[in-house]
Amino acid sequence: MALQRKWASAIIFVILLFGGLFMIAPLLWMFTTSVKDRMDVFALPPVWIPNPMHFGKYAEIWDKGPLLSGIKNSFIVAMTVTLVGTFTSSMAAFAFSKLRFPGKNKIFLLLIASLMIPYPSVMIPQFILFSQAGWVDTLLPLIVPGLFGNIVMIFFLRQYLASVPNALIEAAKIDGSSYAGIYSRIVFPLIRPAIAAQLILWFMAIWNDYLAPIIYLNSPEKQTLQLVIANYNATYAIQTDYPLIMAASVVALLPMLIVFLVFQKQIIESVAISGVKG
Amino acid sequence: MKTNSRLYRKEAYYGYLFILPPVLGFLIFALFPALYSVYGSFTDWDGLGQMNFIGLDNFKDIFQDELFYKAMYNTLFMMIGIPIGLALALLLALGLNRRIPGTTAFRVIYYIPVISSLAAISIMWNLAYNGDFGLVNQFLDLLGIKGPNWLADKHTVKPAIMLMMIWKGLGYTMLLYLAALQSVPKDYYEAAELDGANAFHRLRHITWPMVKPVTFFVVVTGIIGGSQVFTEVNIMTSTGGPEYGSATVVFYVWQKAFGNLQMGYASAMTVILGLFIFIVTLVQFRLDKSSDIHE
Repeated sequence: MALQRKWASAIIFVILLFGGLFMIAPLLWMFTTSVKDRMDVFALPPVWIPNPMHFGKYAEIWDKGPLLSGIKNSFIVAMTVTLVGTFTSSMAAFAFSKLRFPGKNKIFLLLIASLMIPYPSVMIPQFILFSQAGWVDTLLPLIVPGLFGNIVMIFFLRQYLASVPNALIEAAKIDGSSYAGIYSRIVFPLIRPAIAAQLILWFMAIWNDYLAPIIYLNSPEKQTLQLVIANYNATYAIQTDYPLIMAASVVALLPMLIVFLVFQKQIIESVAISGVKG
Repeated sequence: MKTNSRLYRKEAYYGYLFILPPVLGFLIFALFPALYSVYGSFTDWDGLGQMNFIGLDNFKDIFQDELFYKAMYNTLFMMIGIPIGLALALLLALGLNRRIPGTTAFRVIYYIPVISSLAAISIMWNLAYNGDFGLVNQFLDLLGIKGPNWLADKHTVKPAIMLMMIWKGLGYTMLLYLAALQSVPKDYYEAAELDGANAFHRLRHITWPMVKPVTFFVVVTGIIGGSQVFTEVNIMTSTGGPEYGSATVVFYVWQKAFGNLQMGYASAMTVILGLFIFIVTLVQFRLDKSSDIHE
Protein backbone atom coordinates (compact mmCIF):
# COMPACT_ATOMS: atom_id res chain seq x y z
CA MET A 1 0.00 0.00 0.00
CA ALA A 2 2.71 2.43 1.05
CA LEU A 3 4.78 1.47 -1.97
CA GLN A 4 1.80 1.99 -4.23
CA ARG A 5 1.32 5.46 -2.76
CA LYS A 6 4.95 6.29 -3.39
CA TRP A 7 4.65 5.27 -7.02
CA ALA A 8 1.47 7.30 -7.43
CA SER A 9 3.19 10.31 -5.92
CA ALA A 10 6.15 9.87 -8.24
CA ILE A 11 3.91 9.73 -11.30
CA ILE A 12 1.99 12.79 -10.14
CA PHE A 13 5.26 14.61 -9.57
CA VAL A 14 6.34 13.90 -13.13
CA ILE A 15 2.96 15.06 -14.48
CA LEU A 16 3.20 18.27 -12.48
CA LEU A 17 6.73 18.75 -13.74
CA PHE A 18 5.60 18.44 -17.35
CA GLY A 19 2.67 20.76 -16.64
CA GLY A 20 5.07 23.27 -15.12
CA LEU A 21 7.23 23.03 -18.20
CA PHE A 22 4.23 23.88 -20.38
CA MET A 23 3.50 26.88 -18.17
CA ILE A 24 7.02 28.24 -18.19
CA ALA A 25 8.28 27.25 -21.66
CA PRO A 26 6.47 30.01 -23.58
CA LEU A 27 7.93 32.61 -21.27
CA LEU A 28 11.43 31.17 -21.61
CA TRP A 29 10.98 31.12 -25.38
CA MET A 30 9.94 34.76 -25.18
CA PHE A 31 13.23 35.51 -23.48
CA THR A 32 15.41 33.39 -25.77
CA THR A 33 13.76 35.01 -28.80
CA SER A 34 14.64 38.41 -27.41
CA VAL A 35 18.34 37.50 -27.34
CA LYS A 36 18.35 35.85 -30.75
CA ASP A 37 19.99 37.21 -33.82
CA ARG A 38 17.21 38.47 -36.11
CA MET A 39 17.77 35.65 -38.61
CA ASP A 40 17.85 32.97 -35.90
CA VAL A 41 14.14 33.57 -35.33
CA PHE A 42 13.39 32.04 -38.73
CA ALA A 43 16.06 29.34 -38.65
CA LEU A 44 15.17 25.76 -39.51
CA PRO A 45 15.62 23.60 -37.54
CA PRO A 46 14.70 26.08 -34.81
CA VAL A 47 17.39 27.59 -32.63
CA TRP A 48 16.20 26.95 -29.07
CA ILE A 49 19.01 28.60 -27.18
CA PRO A 50 20.99 31.09 -29.25
CA ASN A 51 24.73 30.96 -28.95
CA PRO A 52 26.00 33.58 -28.39
CA MET A 53 23.13 35.49 -26.84
CA HIS A 54 22.63 39.00 -28.18
CA PHE A 55 21.54 41.40 -25.49
CA GLY A 56 21.75 44.35 -27.86
CA LYS A 57 17.97 44.61 -28.23
CA TYR A 58 17.67 45.45 -24.54
CA ALA A 59 19.69 48.58 -25.22
CA GLU A 60 17.99 49.34 -28.51
CA ILE A 61 14.37 49.27 -27.26
CA TRP A 62 14.72 52.51 -25.33
CA ASP A 63 15.40 54.51 -28.50
CA LYS A 64 12.81 52.78 -30.67
CA GLY A 65 9.77 54.21 -28.93
CA PRO A 66 8.48 55.83 -25.74
CA LEU A 67 9.22 52.83 -23.54
CA LEU A 68 10.67 54.84 -20.69
CA SER A 69 7.77 57.30 -20.59
CA GLY A 70 5.44 54.30 -20.78
CA ILE A 71 6.98 52.88 -17.63
CA LYS A 72 6.80 56.28 -15.99
CA ASN A 73 3.12 56.76 -16.90
CA SER A 74 2.13 53.28 -15.74
CA PHE A 75 3.97 53.90 -12.51
CA ILE A 76 2.29 57.26 -11.90
CA VAL A 77 -1.17 55.81 -12.49
CA ALA A 78 -0.69 52.64 -10.45
CA MET A 79 1.10 54.40 -7.59
CA THR A 80 -1.36 57.28 -7.19
CA VAL A 81 -4.41 55.07 -7.43
CA THR A 82 -3.22 52.38 -5.05
CA LEU A 83 -1.87 54.75 -2.40
CA VAL A 84 -4.90 57.04 -2.25
CA GLY A 85 -7.41 54.33 -3.13
CA THR A 86 -6.12 51.99 -0.45
CA PHE A 87 -6.52 54.73 2.11
CA THR A 88 -10.14 55.47 1.12
CA SER A 89 -10.95 51.76 0.80
CA SER A 90 -9.59 50.84 4.21
CA MET A 91 -11.42 53.73 5.90
CA ALA A 92 -14.65 52.56 4.28
CA ALA A 93 -13.99 48.95 5.26
CA PHE A 94 -13.44 50.11 8.85
CA ALA A 95 -16.76 51.98 8.83
CA PHE A 96 -18.65 49.07 7.25
CA SER A 97 -17.20 46.63 9.73
CA LYS A 98 -16.97 48.47 13.04
CA LEU A 99 -19.13 51.59 13.08
CA ARG A 100 -22.90 51.67 13.57
CA PHE A 101 -25.04 53.84 11.35
CA PRO A 102 -28.44 53.41 9.71
CA GLY A 103 -28.55 51.77 6.29
CA LYS A 104 -25.02 50.41 6.57
CA ASN A 105 -25.68 46.90 5.28
CA LYS A 106 -27.97 48.07 2.49
CA ILE A 107 -25.33 50.48 1.21
CA PHE A 108 -22.71 47.77 1.40
CA LEU A 109 -24.84 45.34 -0.59
CA LEU A 110 -25.48 48.04 -3.18
CA LEU A 111 -21.75 48.54 -3.63
CA ILE A 112 -21.18 44.79 -3.93
CA ALA A 113 -24.00 44.52 -6.47
CA SER A 114 -22.30 47.20 -8.57
CA LEU A 115 -19.44 44.74 -9.16
CA MET A 116 -21.80 43.05 -11.59
CA ILE A 117 -21.79 46.11 -13.87
CA PRO A 118 -19.16 45.31 -16.50
CA TYR A 119 -16.68 48.04 -17.41
CA PRO A 120 -17.78 48.06 -21.07
CA SER A 121 -21.28 49.05 -19.92
CA VAL A 122 -20.01 52.25 -18.35
CA MET A 123 -17.02 53.07 -20.53
CA ILE A 124 -18.87 55.04 -23.21
CA PRO A 125 -20.63 57.54 -20.89
CA GLN A 126 -17.44 57.72 -18.81
CA PHE A 127 -15.53 58.62 -21.95
CA ILE A 128 -17.98 61.42 -22.78
CA LEU A 129 -17.83 62.63 -19.17
CA PHE A 130 -14.05 62.80 -19.19
CA SER A 131 -13.86 64.28 -22.67
CA GLN A 132 -16.15 67.09 -21.53
CA ALA A 133 -13.77 67.67 -18.65
CA GLY A 134 -10.99 67.92 -21.23
CA TRP A 135 -9.21 64.90 -19.80
CA VAL A 136 -8.83 62.79 -22.94
CA ASP A 137 -5.18 62.04 -23.66
CA THR A 138 -4.24 62.64 -20.04
CA LEU A 139 -3.71 60.11 -17.26
CA LEU A 140 -6.56 61.56 -15.20
CA PRO A 141 -9.37 59.27 -16.46
CA LEU A 142 -7.22 56.32 -15.38
CA ILE A 143 -6.42 57.83 -11.99
CA VAL A 144 -9.48 59.67 -10.72
CA PRO A 145 -12.06 56.83 -10.51
CA GLY A 146 -9.64 54.70 -8.50
CA LEU A 147 -9.09 57.40 -5.88
CA PHE A 148 -12.62 56.82 -4.59
CA GLY A 149 -11.71 53.32 -3.53
CA ASN A 150 -11.97 49.77 -4.73
CA ILE A 151 -15.02 47.74 -3.80
CA VAL A 152 -13.25 44.39 -3.99
CA MET A 153 -10.65 45.69 -1.55
CA ILE A 154 -13.34 47.05 0.78
CA PHE A 155 -15.00 43.64 0.69
CA PHE A 156 -11.87 41.73 1.67
CA LEU A 157 -10.70 44.21 4.28
CA ARG A 158 -14.16 44.13 5.85
CA GLN A 159 -13.89 40.33 6.02
CA TYR A 160 -10.48 40.64 7.59
CA LEU A 161 -11.70 43.20 10.10
CA ALA A 162 -14.36 40.77 11.30
CA SER A 163 -11.59 39.00 13.21
CA VAL A 164 -10.64 42.20 15.07
CA PRO A 165 -12.54 42.16 18.40
CA ASN A 166 -15.15 44.90 18.75
CA ALA A 167 -14.14 45.31 22.39
CA LEU A 168 -10.86 46.78 21.22
CA ILE A 169 -12.68 49.52 19.34
CA GLU A 170 -15.15 50.11 22.17
CA ALA A 171 -12.35 50.47 24.70
CA ALA A 172 -10.66 53.08 22.54
CA LYS A 173 -13.94 54.95 22.21
CA ILE A 174 -14.34 55.05 25.98
CA ASP A 175 -10.81 56.32 26.28
CA GLY A 176 -11.93 59.23 24.15
CA SER A 177 -10.05 58.40 20.96
CA SER A 178 -11.34 60.07 17.83
CA TYR A 179 -12.48 57.84 14.97
CA ALA A 180 -9.54 58.89 12.84
CA GLY A 181 -7.34 58.02 15.82
CA ILE A 182 -8.94 54.59 16.22
CA TYR A 183 -8.38 53.93 12.56
CA SER A 184 -4.76 55.02 12.46
CA ARG A 185 -3.62 53.66 15.84
CA ILE A 186 -5.62 50.44 16.16
CA VAL A 187 -7.29 49.33 12.94
CA PHE A 188 -4.61 50.17 10.41
CA PRO A 189 -1.72 48.41 12.20
CA LEU A 190 -3.89 45.32 12.71
CA ILE A 191 -4.93 44.94 9.08
CA ARG A 192 -1.65 46.04 7.55
CA PRO A 193 -0.76 42.59 6.14
CA ALA A 194 -4.15 42.31 4.42
CA ILE A 195 -3.84 45.84 3.11
CA ALA A 196 -0.38 45.15 1.73
CA ALA A 197 -1.50 42.05 -0.16
CA GLN A 198 -4.57 43.77 -1.57
CA LEU A 199 -2.51 46.79 -2.57
CA ILE A 200 -0.05 44.63 -4.49
CA LEU A 201 -2.85 42.81 -6.31
CA TRP A 202 -4.50 46.08 -7.23
CA PHE A 203 -1.20 47.60 -8.35
CA MET A 204 -0.68 44.64 -10.66
CA ALA A 205 -4.18 44.94 -12.09
CA ILE A 206 -3.67 48.61 -12.92
CA TRP A 207 -0.18 48.04 -14.28
CA ASN A 208 -1.54 45.39 -16.64
CA ASP A 209 -4.72 47.25 -17.65
CA TYR A 210 -5.22 47.74 -21.36
CA LEU A 211 -8.83 48.63 -22.29
CA ALA A 212 -9.11 51.92 -20.36
CA PRO A 213 -5.70 53.20 -21.54
CA ILE A 214 -6.42 52.35 -25.19
CA ILE A 215 -9.65 54.37 -25.04
CA TYR A 216 -8.16 57.51 -23.52
CA LEU A 217 -4.53 57.79 -24.56
CA ASN A 218 -3.53 58.77 -28.10
CA SER A 219 -0.18 60.59 -27.98
CA PRO A 220 2.74 58.16 -27.80
CA GLU A 221 4.35 59.98 -24.89
CA LYS A 222 1.13 59.81 -22.87
CA GLN A 223 0.62 56.08 -23.25
CA THR A 224 1.03 53.52 -20.52
CA LEU A 225 3.54 50.72 -20.84
CA GLN A 226 1.07 48.12 -22.09
CA LEU A 227 -0.02 50.34 -24.97
CA VAL A 228 3.57 51.15 -25.82
CA ILE A 229 4.55 47.51 -26.21
CA ALA A 230 1.38 46.79 -28.20
CA ASN A 231 2.48 49.54 -30.58
CA TYR A 232 5.98 48.04 -30.76
CA ASN A 233 4.30 44.80 -31.72
CA ALA A 234 2.29 46.48 -34.48
CA THR A 235 5.17 48.60 -35.79
CA TYR A 236 8.14 46.27 -35.72
CA ALA A 237 6.31 43.13 -36.82
CA ILE A 238 6.22 44.66 -40.29
CA GLN A 239 10.03 44.84 -40.18
CA THR A 240 10.02 41.33 -38.67
CA ASP A 241 12.19 42.60 -35.84
CA TYR A 242 10.82 40.01 -33.42
CA PRO A 243 13.76 40.05 -30.98
CA LEU A 244 13.10 43.75 -30.44
CA ILE A 245 9.38 43.16 -29.81
CA MET A 246 10.09 40.33 -27.39
CA ALA A 247 12.73 42.37 -25.55
CA ALA A 248 10.25 45.21 -25.02
CA SER A 249 7.60 42.73 -23.85
CA VAL A 250 10.01 41.10 -21.42
CA VAL A 251 10.78 44.53 -19.99
CA ALA A 252 7.04 45.20 -19.62
CA LEU A 253 6.53 41.90 -17.86
CA LEU A 254 9.57 41.97 -15.59
CA PRO A 255 8.55 44.51 -12.89
CA MET A 256 5.43 42.58 -11.87
CA LEU A 257 7.28 39.30 -12.09
CA ILE A 258 9.85 40.60 -9.62
CA VAL A 259 7.16 41.96 -7.32
CA PHE A 260 5.44 38.59 -7.47
CA LEU A 261 8.58 36.58 -6.76
CA VAL A 262 9.44 38.83 -3.80
CA PHE A 263 5.95 38.78 -2.29
CA GLN A 264 4.80 35.40 -3.61
CA LYS A 265 3.97 34.05 -0.17
CA GLN A 266 1.70 36.97 0.75
CA ILE A 267 0.12 37.17 -2.70
CA ILE A 268 -0.61 33.46 -2.96
CA GLU A 269 -1.99 33.36 0.58
CA SER A 270 -4.29 36.30 0.08
CA VAL A 271 -5.58 34.96 -3.25
CA ALA A 272 -6.14 31.54 -1.72
CA ILE A 273 -8.09 33.08 1.16
CA SER A 274 -10.21 35.06 -1.26
CA GLY A 275 -11.45 31.86 -2.85
CA VAL A 276 -12.28 30.08 0.38
CA LYS A 277 -14.09 33.05 1.80
CA GLY A 278 -15.30 34.42 -1.53
CA MET B 1 -29.26 58.97 27.59
CA LYS B 2 -28.60 62.33 26.02
CA THR B 3 -24.85 61.77 25.78
CA ASN B 4 -25.45 58.28 24.49
CA SER B 5 -27.46 59.48 21.54
CA ARG B 6 -24.94 62.22 20.87
CA LEU B 7 -22.18 59.62 20.83
CA TYR B 8 -24.26 57.52 18.53
CA ARG B 9 -24.85 60.47 16.19
CA LYS B 10 -21.14 61.18 16.15
CA GLU B 11 -20.42 57.56 15.26
CA ALA B 12 -23.00 57.64 12.44
CA TYR B 13 -21.51 60.90 11.19
CA TYR B 14 -18.05 59.40 10.94
CA GLY B 15 -19.46 56.21 9.47
CA TYR B 16 -21.03 58.12 6.61
CA LEU B 17 -17.94 60.26 6.22
CA PHE B 18 -15.68 57.21 5.85
CA ILE B 19 -17.89 55.49 3.30
CA LEU B 20 -18.51 58.68 1.35
CA PRO B 21 -15.67 58.26 -1.20
CA PRO B 22 -16.66 54.78 -2.46
CA VAL B 23 -20.35 55.74 -2.45
CA LEU B 24 -19.58 58.85 -4.49
CA GLY B 25 -17.36 56.80 -6.78
CA PHE B 26 -20.19 54.32 -7.24
CA LEU B 27 -22.67 57.10 -8.11
CA ILE B 28 -20.38 59.01 -10.47
CA PHE B 29 -18.45 56.23 -12.19
CA ALA B 30 -20.85 53.26 -12.10
CA LEU B 31 -24.51 54.09 -11.53
CA PHE B 32 -24.71 57.31 -13.53
CA PRO B 33 -22.80 55.97 -16.57
CA ALA B 34 -24.74 52.69 -16.47
CA LEU B 35 -28.07 54.53 -16.54
CA TYR B 36 -26.77 56.92 -19.16
CA SER B 37 -25.77 53.92 -21.27
CA VAL B 38 -29.33 52.62 -21.09
CA TYR B 39 -30.63 56.04 -22.10
CA GLY B 40 -28.07 56.33 -24.89
CA SER B 41 -29.07 52.94 -26.26
CA PHE B 42 -32.43 54.43 -27.30
CA THR B 43 -30.78 57.29 -29.23
CA ASP B 44 -28.69 57.87 -32.34
CA TRP B 45 -25.91 59.25 -30.13
CA ASP B 46 -22.63 59.85 -31.95
CA GLY B 47 -20.75 61.36 -29.05
CA LEU B 48 -20.61 64.79 -30.70
CA GLY B 49 -24.00 66.14 -31.80
CA GLN B 50 -27.31 65.96 -30.03
CA MET B 51 -28.94 62.68 -29.07
CA ASN B 52 -32.22 61.96 -30.84
CA PHE B 53 -34.58 59.44 -29.36
CA ILE B 54 -35.10 56.60 -31.84
CA GLY B 55 -36.87 54.05 -29.66
CA LEU B 56 -35.83 50.46 -30.13
CA ASP B 57 -34.18 50.99 -33.51
CA ASN B 58 -30.69 50.19 -32.23
CA PHE B 59 -31.86 46.92 -30.75
CA LYS B 60 -33.75 45.99 -33.92
CA ASP B 61 -30.62 46.67 -35.94
CA ILE B 62 -28.43 44.71 -33.57
CA PHE B 63 -30.59 41.62 -33.89
CA GLN B 64 -30.15 41.81 -37.67
CA ASP B 65 -26.46 42.57 -37.44
CA GLU B 66 -24.47 39.62 -38.68
CA LEU B 67 -21.27 40.91 -37.09
CA PHE B 68 -22.96 41.14 -33.70
CA TYR B 69 -24.04 37.51 -33.93
CA LYS B 70 -20.52 36.55 -34.93
CA ALA B 71 -19.03 38.46 -32.03
CA MET B 72 -21.54 36.89 -29.64
CA TYR B 73 -20.81 33.42 -31.00
CA ASN B 74 -17.04 33.96 -30.72
CA THR B 75 -17.39 35.20 -27.16
CA LEU B 76 -19.48 32.18 -26.13
CA PHE B 77 -17.18 29.80 -28.02
CA MET B 78 -14.14 30.99 -26.08
CA MET B 79 -16.01 30.35 -22.84
CA ILE B 80 -15.70 26.62 -23.54
CA GLY B 81 -12.30 27.19 -21.99
CA ILE B 82 -13.89 27.74 -18.57
CA PRO B 83 -14.90 24.10 -17.87
CA ILE B 84 -11.67 22.83 -19.46
CA GLY B 85 -9.64 25.10 -17.21
CA LEU B 86 -11.69 24.05 -14.19
CA ALA B 87 -11.07 20.35 -14.81
CA LEU B 88 -7.34 20.81 -15.39
CA ALA B 89 -6.98 23.06 -12.37
CA LEU B 90 -8.79 20.60 -10.10
CA LEU B 91 -6.60 17.71 -11.28
CA LEU B 92 -3.43 19.73 -10.71
CA ALA B 93 -4.65 20.83 -7.28
CA LEU B 94 -5.44 17.22 -6.36
CA GLY B 95 -1.90 16.30 -7.33
CA LEU B 96 -0.35 19.15 -5.38
CA ASN B 97 -2.45 18.30 -2.34
CA ARG B 98 -0.58 14.99 -1.87
CA ARG B 99 2.42 16.48 -0.09
CA ILE B 100 4.57 16.35 -3.21
CA PRO B 101 8.10 17.73 -2.97
CA GLY B 102 8.39 21.28 -4.32
CA THR B 103 4.76 22.28 -3.79
CA THR B 104 5.70 25.92 -3.26
CA ALA B 105 7.79 25.99 -6.43
CA PHE B 106 4.96 24.45 -8.44
CA ARG B 107 2.47 26.98 -7.08
CA VAL B 108 4.76 29.84 -8.05
CA ILE B 109 5.48 28.46 -11.54
CA TYR B 110 1.83 27.83 -12.34
CA TYR B 111 0.95 31.28 -11.04
CA ILE B 112 3.46 33.26 -13.11
CA PRO B 113 1.22 33.51 -16.21
CA VAL B 114 -1.57 34.86 -13.98
CA ILE B 115 0.42 37.88 -12.85
CA SER B 116 2.03 38.48 -16.23
CA SER B 117 0.91 41.44 -18.27
CA LEU B 118 -1.87 40.35 -20.60
CA ALA B 119 -0.56 42.62 -23.35
CA ALA B 120 2.96 41.13 -23.16
CA ILE B 121 1.55 37.61 -23.03
CA SER B 122 -0.66 38.29 -26.04
CA ILE B 123 2.30 39.64 -27.98
CA MET B 124 4.31 36.55 -27.11
CA TRP B 125 1.53 34.11 -28.08
CA ASN B 126 0.90 36.10 -31.23
CA LEU B 127 4.40 35.12 -32.33
CA ALA B 128 4.19 31.65 -30.78
CA TYR B 129 1.18 30.89 -32.99
CA ASN B 130 2.99 31.97 -36.14
CA GLY B 131 2.62 29.19 -38.72
CA ASP B 132 6.24 29.14 -39.91
CA PHE B 133 8.47 29.94 -36.96
CA GLY B 134 6.19 30.02 -33.92
CA LEU B 135 6.87 28.01 -30.79
CA VAL B 136 3.66 26.01 -31.06
CA ASN B 137 4.38 24.64 -34.53
CA GLN B 138 8.07 24.15 -33.75
CA PHE B 139 6.99 21.99 -30.84
CA LEU B 140 4.42 20.11 -32.94
CA ASP B 141 7.15 19.54 -35.53
CA LEU B 142 9.12 17.61 -32.93
CA LEU B 143 6.13 15.29 -32.66
CA GLY B 144 5.89 15.07 -36.44
CA ILE B 145 2.72 17.16 -36.71
CA LYS B 146 2.40 19.99 -39.21
CA GLY B 147 0.52 22.77 -37.42
CA PRO B 148 -1.66 25.36 -39.16
CA ASN B 149 -1.14 29.11 -39.21
CA TRP B 150 -3.23 29.37 -36.07
CA LEU B 151 -4.35 32.99 -36.00
CA ALA B 152 -4.86 33.32 -39.74
CA ASP B 153 -7.21 30.36 -40.07
CA LYS B 154 -10.84 30.92 -39.16
CA HIS B 155 -11.13 27.39 -37.75
CA THR B 156 -8.17 27.60 -35.41
CA VAL B 157 -8.16 31.25 -34.32
CA LYS B 158 -10.76 30.81 -31.57
CA PRO B 159 -9.33 27.60 -30.09
CA ALA B 160 -5.88 29.21 -30.20
CA ILE B 161 -6.96 32.25 -28.20
CA MET B 162 -8.99 30.03 -25.87
CA LEU B 163 -5.96 27.83 -25.22
CA MET B 164 -3.92 30.87 -24.33
CA MET B 165 -6.62 32.02 -21.92
CA ILE B 166 -6.66 28.61 -20.22
CA TRP B 167 -2.87 28.74 -19.94
CA LYS B 168 -3.03 32.19 -18.37
CA GLY B 169 -5.81 31.47 -15.88
CA LEU B 170 -4.91 27.92 -14.84
CA GLY B 171 -2.69 28.86 -11.91
CA TYR B 172 -5.36 31.06 -10.38
CA THR B 173 -8.07 28.40 -10.40
CA MET B 174 -5.60 25.77 -9.23
CA LEU B 175 -4.63 27.93 -6.28
CA LEU B 176 -8.26 28.41 -5.25
CA TYR B 177 -8.92 24.66 -5.51
CA LEU B 178 -5.78 23.83 -3.57
CA ALA B 179 -6.83 26.14 -0.73
CA ALA B 180 -10.27 24.53 -0.68
CA LEU B 181 -8.80 21.02 -0.71
CA GLN B 182 -6.51 21.83 2.17
CA SER B 183 -9.50 22.82 4.26
CA VAL B 184 -11.22 19.43 3.80
CA PRO B 185 -10.83 17.50 7.08
CA LYS B 186 -8.59 14.46 6.60
CA ASP B 187 -10.86 12.17 8.62
CA TYR B 188 -13.57 12.45 5.95
CA TYR B 189 -11.31 10.52 3.62
CA GLU B 190 -10.19 8.08 6.29
CA ALA B 191 -13.79 7.33 7.23
CA ALA B 192 -14.72 6.85 3.59
CA GLU B 193 -11.76 4.54 3.05
CA LEU B 194 -12.82 2.41 6.01
CA ASP B 195 -16.26 2.19 4.43
CA GLY B 196 -14.59 0.86 1.29
CA ALA B 197 -14.99 3.90 -0.96
CA ASN B 198 -12.56 3.88 -3.87
CA ALA B 199 -10.68 6.88 -5.20
CA PHE B 200 -13.43 7.80 -7.65
CA HIS B 201 -16.11 7.61 -4.93
CA ARG B 202 -14.06 9.81 -2.67
CA LEU B 203 -13.65 12.37 -5.44
CA ARG B 204 -17.33 12.26 -6.35
CA HIS B 205 -18.82 12.30 -2.84
CA ILE B 206 -16.30 14.15 -0.69
CA THR B 207 -13.92 16.28 -2.75
CA TRP B 208 -16.35 17.58 -5.37
CA PRO B 209 -19.02 18.74 -2.85
CA MET B 210 -16.35 20.27 -0.62
CA VAL B 211 -14.81 22.35 -3.42
CA LYS B 212 -18.18 23.32 -4.88
CA PRO B 213 -18.04 26.93 -3.59
CA VAL B 214 -14.79 27.41 -5.51
CA THR B 215 -16.27 25.88 -8.65
CA PHE B 216 -19.23 28.20 -8.33
CA PHE B 217 -17.02 31.22 -7.75
CA VAL B 218 -14.77 30.43 -10.72
CA VAL B 219 -17.68 29.75 -13.07
CA VAL B 220 -19.42 33.02 -12.18
CA THR B 221 -16.30 35.16 -12.36
CA GLY B 222 -15.19 33.23 -15.44
CA ILE B 223 -18.38 34.05 -17.29
CA ILE B 224 -18.27 37.69 -16.20
CA GLY B 225 -14.64 37.96 -17.28
CA GLY B 226 -15.12 35.82 -20.37
CA SER B 227 -17.87 38.06 -21.69
CA GLN B 228 -15.47 41.01 -21.55
CA VAL B 229 -12.49 39.61 -23.44
CA PHE B 230 -10.77 42.37 -25.36
CA THR B 231 -7.00 42.71 -24.98
CA GLU B 232 -6.03 39.32 -26.44
CA VAL B 233 -8.20 39.89 -29.49
CA ASN B 234 -7.08 43.46 -29.98
CA ILE B 235 -3.39 42.51 -29.93
CA MET B 236 -3.40 39.11 -31.61
CA THR B 237 -5.96 39.87 -34.32
CA SER B 238 -6.17 43.63 -34.64
CA THR B 239 -8.95 43.52 -37.25
CA GLY B 240 -11.06 40.91 -35.49
CA GLY B 241 -9.47 37.89 -37.10
CA PRO B 242 -10.07 35.98 -40.33
CA GLU B 243 -13.73 36.51 -41.33
CA TYR B 244 -14.18 38.30 -38.02
CA GLY B 245 -13.60 34.90 -36.46
CA SER B 246 -12.06 36.09 -33.21
CA ALA B 247 -13.85 39.40 -32.56
CA THR B 248 -15.59 39.41 -29.20
CA VAL B 249 -18.59 41.50 -28.17
CA VAL B 250 -16.43 44.03 -26.33
CA PHE B 251 -14.09 44.23 -29.31
CA TYR B 252 -17.07 45.00 -31.56
CA VAL B 253 -18.42 47.54 -29.06
CA TRP B 254 -15.03 49.21 -28.96
CA GLN B 255 -14.84 49.39 -32.76
CA LYS B 256 -18.36 50.79 -33.04
CA ALA B 257 -18.06 53.30 -30.20
CA PHE B 258 -14.54 54.63 -30.69
CA GLY B 259 -13.89 53.73 -34.32
CA ASN B 260 -17.22 54.58 -35.95
CA LEU B 261 -18.51 56.90 -33.20
CA GLN B 262 -21.79 54.98 -33.14
CA MET B 263 -22.13 55.52 -29.40
CA GLY B 264 -25.86 54.84 -29.28
CA TYR B 265 -25.53 51.57 -31.14
CA ALA B 266 -22.55 50.52 -29.04
CA SER B 267 -24.39 51.47 -25.85
CA ALA B 268 -27.26 49.23 -26.88
CA MET B 269 -24.78 46.37 -27.23
CA THR B 270 -23.35 47.04 -23.77
CA VAL B 271 -26.88 47.01 -22.37
CA ILE B 272 -27.37 43.56 -23.88
CA LEU B 273 -23.99 42.50 -22.50
CA GLY B 274 -24.88 43.79 -19.04
CA LEU B 275 -28.25 42.00 -19.12
CA PHE B 276 -26.54 38.82 -20.25
CA ILE B 277 -24.10 38.95 -17.32
CA PHE B 278 -26.91 39.76 -14.90
CA ILE B 279 -29.07 36.85 -16.07
CA VAL B 280 -26.22 34.35 -16.11
CA THR B 281 -25.20 35.34 -12.60
CA LEU B 282 -28.79 35.12 -11.39
CA VAL B 283 -29.24 31.66 -12.93
CA GLN B 284 -26.00 30.51 -11.35
CA PHE B 285 -27.16 31.66 -7.93
CA ARG B 286 -30.48 29.90 -8.45
CA LEU B 287 -28.74 26.69 -9.49
CA ASP B 288 -26.56 26.90 -6.45
CA LYS B 289 -28.93 27.75 -3.64
CA SER B 290 -26.82 25.95 -1.09
CA SER B 291 -23.92 28.23 -1.95
CA ASP B 292 -22.40 30.20 0.88
CA ILE B 293 -20.99 32.84 -1.42
CA HIS B 294 -22.46 35.58 0.74
CA GLU B 295 -20.20 36.54 3.61
